[in-house]
Amino acid sequence: MTGNTLKVTIDRGSNAKGVQTEFEVPAHASQTVLDVVSWVQQNEDPTLSYRFACRVGMCGSCAMMVNGVPRWTCRTHISKVLDGNAVTIGPLRNLPVIKDLAVDMDPFFDKWVAAEGVHHGTLTRDDPIAPIDEAAPARVEANAGIECINCSVCYAACDTVAGNPDYLGPAALQRAWTLLNDAKDEGRAAIMDAVSDKGGCHNCHSMGSCTAYCPNDLDPMSAIAGLKRETAKSFFKRGR
Amino acid sequence: MLNLRLYMLQRLTALLMAPLVLGHLAVMIYAIQGGLSAAEILGRTQGSALWFLFYGTFVVAVAVHGAIGLRAIAHEWGGLRGPALDLFMWATGLALFALGARAVWAVTIAGGLGA
Repeated sequence: MTGNTLKVTIDRGSNAKGVQTEFEVPAHASQTVLDVVSWVQQNEDPTLSYRFACRVGMCGSCAMMVNGVPRWTCRTHISKVLDGNAVTIGPLRNLPVIKDLAVDMDPFFDKWVAAEGVHHGTLTRDDPIAPIDEAAPARVEANAGIECINCSVCYAACDTVAGNPDYLGPAALQRAWTLLNDAKDEGRAAIMDAVSDKGGCHNCHSMGSCTAYCPNDLDPMSAIAGLKRETAKSFFKRGR
Repeated sequence: MLNLRLYMLQRLTALLMAPLVLGHLAVMIYAIQGGLSAAEILGRTQGSALWFLFYGTFVVAVAVHGAIGLRAIAHEWGGLRGPALDLFMWATGLALFALGARAVWAVTIAGGLGA
């Protein structure tokens, strides 16, 4: 692709729907979507706002909508997503836009806390470290979700979040499921209550966009199904 | 929008309806053999406690199941929320129940008394 140019359309402003700017960006080999956005900001328009940090797919801060699909832009090659030689880049869906490509992540992280996605410890520094059996079924379930980088790609992909703003979303519920299965976490009752409330796991329609788009190949949909099973069992045993 | 209680009610009524739908379809196929008449249907249902229970249970399950399902659609597609959403669910459920219960009453108990 070296020598060619890309036609890059970028959404601009804060929640001002329909405002876009077009840029001609030189194409290079092994060029990522984040490289393209950075080139625009450094060479064409220094007022372009966007967010990134690690550039290696660990920090979860550079997710954007690329041709209408949520992606981690630092690990997405532009050649994989081009439509001809054109690409449209916008801010993540389902979150308020601060400016251009930067969204307000507060609702996303507030829901992590609302889903009890926090550590519920009971031990002190004087207690011995709890032994963990890596082969135990609960540990296998917990391990399946721990590589989440909080990028919000699943949250942006979720049509249930789009229609139901109170819904906690795939990432927060997957963390709740991980903690429910973690032998070191003692927050079972709090987690079960949090995921059984009106914004909880029972609002999920199992459409599976979270699992389809997760850049780390995690499976939040199955984690949410696990929460549904666990809360249903609790409903039959304890009536709630 | 859906909590655990509404979710379980919708799943349990679905479980209840699955065999009832199959029974309903089986009777439909059986009933139309050799033509279908009101007298034949009423002859089967009038004064029958079994058919009253069968379709009575069906109507209750449909009213609960349908109202919760439409609640989800009204919220996600229609933007209804808060008390308006609860009101919509209850009104839908009660209307479905009234329509169904009236029909069950008509073919089992009322007809029996009038005949």
